[in-house]
Amino acid sequence: MSAAEALCELILAELEKEKRIDSYDFSVKIGKDHQSIVGAIKSIRSLGDVITTEQRQFESWVLTQEGKEMVEKGSHEARMFASVSSQEGSLQADLMKSVPNAKIGFSKAMSAGWIRLDKTAQGGPRVFRKVESIQDHVQEKLCRVMECSSVDCLTEDQLKEFKKRKLLTNVVTKCFVVTCGPSFSTQLVKQETELTPEMIQSGSWKTKQFKAYNFDSLGTPVTAGHLHPLMKVRAEIRQIFLEMGFTEMPTNNFIESSFWNFDALFQPQQHPARDSHDTFFLKDPATSNQFPEEYLQKVKTVHEDGGDTGSVGYRYDWKREEAEKNILRTHTTAISARMLYQLGQKEFTPVKYFSIDRVFRNETLDATHLAEFHQIEGVVADYDLTLGNLMGMLYQFFSKMGITRLRFKPAYNPYTEPSMEVFSYHEGLKKWVEIGNSGVFRPEMLLPMGLPEGVAVIAWGLSLERPTMIKYGIDNIRELVGHKVNLQMVHANPLCRLDS
Amino acid sequence: LAYTIMPTINVYRDLLFEALGKVYTDEEFDELCFEFGIELDEVTSEKQMLVREQGEGKAKDASDSIIYKVEVPANRYDLLCMEGLARGLMVFLGRMDAPRYRVVKSVGSLQRMIVKPETSLVRPFGIGAVLRNIAFTQESYNSFIELQDKLHQTIGRRRTIVSMGTHDLDTIEGPFTYEALPPEEIKFRPLNQTKEYTAVEMMELYSKDSHLRHYLSIIQDKPVYPVIYDRNRVVLSMPPIINGDHTRVSIKTKNVFIEITSTDLNKAKIVLDTLVAMFSQYCSDPFSVECTEIEWPDGSVELYPKLGYREETVSVDLINRKVGISESAESIASLLTRMCLKSEVVERGGEG
Repeated sequence: MSAAEALCELILAELEKEKRIDSYDFSVKIGKDHQSIVGAIKSIRSLGDVITTEQRQFESWVLTQEGKEMVEKGSHEARMFASVSSQEGSLQADLMKSVPNAKIGFSKAMSAGWIRLDKTAQGGPRVFRKVESIQDHVQEKLCRVMECSSVDCLTEDQLKEFKKRKLLTNVVTKCFVVTCGPSFSTQLVKQETELTPEMIQSGSWKTKQFKAYNFDSLGTPVTAGHLHPLMKVRAEIRQIFLEMGFTEMPTNNFIESSFWNFDALFQPQQHPARDSHDTFFLKDPATSNQFPEEYLQKVKTVHEDGGDTGSVGYRYDWKREEAEKNILRTHTTAISARMLYQLGQKEFTPVKYFSIDRVFRNETLDATHLAEFHQIEGVVADYDLTLGNLMGMLYQFFSKMGITRLRFKPAYNPYTEPSMEVFSYHEGLKKWVEIGNSGVFRPEMLLPMGLPEGVAVIAWGLSLERPTMIKYGIDNIRELVGHKVNLQMVHANPLCRLDS
Repeated sequence: LAYTIMPTINVYRDLLFEALGKVYTDEEFDELCFEFGIELDEVTSEKQMLVREQGEGKAKDASDSIIYKVEVPANRYDLLCMEGLARGLMVFLGRMDAPRYRVVKSVGSLQRMIVKPETSLVRPFGIGAVLRNIAFTQESYNSFIELQDKLHQTIGRRRTIVSMGTHDLDTIEGPFTYEALPPEEIKFRPLNQTKEYTAVEMMELYSKDSHLRHYLSIIQDKPVYPVIYDRNRVVLSMPPIINGDHTRVSIKTKNVFIEITSTDLNKAKIVLDTLVAMFSQYCSDPFSVECTEIEWPDGSVELYPKLGYREETVSVDLINRKVGISESAESIASLLTRMCLKSEVVERGGEG
């Protein structure tokens, strides 16, 4: 039989004799490693009710390596003392180099009054013995602790000091107290895991012990794909929009022309957001040149002097070359612009659109901002929509995520007026935090698109990353998106259910 | 509609409260900001900021005075300084009427700046104004410098589109000329320097200056550099890089000549209007600005600043319908006036 099995039998034999075993004491008694005793006990336990076990733990103080060394060779300060020549003393520099743990030894020996330092000595600072002989109390005490395996011989202060000097450590030992179980036997009976035809034929099954079924074990995990938490939250938000009767916009283009991304939205050409500090421009293809020409002219006019929208415009010279520049879109509002233009080309019907897709901004990266993120956008177009309608929409939308307390703050966007930042009350942080941006699209944007004058378009947006990070308790966006993501996080994170 | 970047200004809390005539707790001020549409981003001090950026050592002598970092909307150039912020809030709170900014034409000391044709090769537009009998304190002086920097960074697009220079009018004599000359021909003592440099030498000198080196490329490779002279060929400035030391403005300066140069006239006007509107509060005739004649290359003469007011008539019914409320004409007029859009009810019955 194996060594492990032999150990088990030894334990069982001892148990029969003594009726009760403490695993630690037993390991000391037979001189075997405690951990293997524990292992043996556990495997006996798995066979059924052969033994009953109770856990106990105790603390003990053990000498560290350094402590053991001191018992052998003396404390650092004693060794320092010994190294100092009794006649002429020794150069401090030499001592520091030659004596092990010189620094501690020196300072301890100084404070014990065993040595003194003469800084003015010829040839350099010199150390002299101050007393004839010393008693190495530290070594004595440590010796005693080792002998009686207890710290009773130390005062509380001494114990504290030795702990501080890392000469002793507190060790917690967990062991078992073992007693005989209902099915006790000194024989290791192996449990069968299979009912074989031979057992049935021979009838041996009547006397064999069978291992119990474990109904708590999980099956082998199936290898499967896992949705990234952003995709899970995206699916939930998509569901919210669909429930509210919204239609998804086609956002399958990361690359957009400046025309649709900025100009069509009435964002002026020399706006800060349009330069390379905030936007990624494409090298190849660098420009687009296919635009609805009549519409483009209207956009040009409205930028320059407001056209016939009643606005004064931006009063600058609008340049086609600027509009032609291709970029990685900075918002999915570019798609909304395309959709609203399409809507303006035919007879008007009210619509509700949404999109959730990736956008790109050339910004400083930090714990909560990356160069690419996902934008959620909702757009509603109908006659006579008001700011009040926008607030109502926002209450509806966010309530489906369990957010009911909202506040609206006056804000500014180049293409919406009025604009509102949306805040919700964070119970944990006990303050109002921004959860989104919203507004009513400007007539300078809508009228050139051919939308009837009484039609108002309200819209709102937020990032997908923020709610995901809050939901999944992630602090740093780089743990969520990008090449530093731990794939285990994607495997292990739970289903997303937005509580409403 | 994801999020928009907003500019931030630092204002000394106690100076701001003095201007507002009231002391607030941080929470109260935060709430006021929310209602107004700005954001109290951070409460800090010069010392705390230095500790964070450069470590304890550098911050030893720094001030402990509380600073409010306030985020303002990108389209509100008037909120880029403490004066504008306080003014906006005071009008919003109904504690003061929005000031009426006036352009006054001086008799006898009307200044003129002549724009030469060569400037069209590098920086075509140059306009100006005078702040007459101004009284600075250390704080308002610092604020004056700060606002110029903020305007440079925002609407000025890091000085590429618009830049400004301010000068002690008593140290110079008009008419001024806004010219563009080959760099070798430009020589003067720049601000804070002890000797004269040619423009070529300045490009070398400032290539090592951590602050100014970013602006050199705006004019460096051009055949001619912009430069402004007075009638005695004293250099006021070489836009957008540096002013001359001769005309430096100090707390004691009584009369300030402001020049704006740019590649976009509309933006130059906005910057000039903003700067004078904000700081004319410290003139002996508050909110009055003395105009300057600008003679363009084609010989036409215009007065600046414009400080133009625009009147719009809006339908109360339309406003109510668009917002989804039903306020009276008087109520709407008063609300608009609180946002510095001074409004009066005009007609009654039907549209108003």
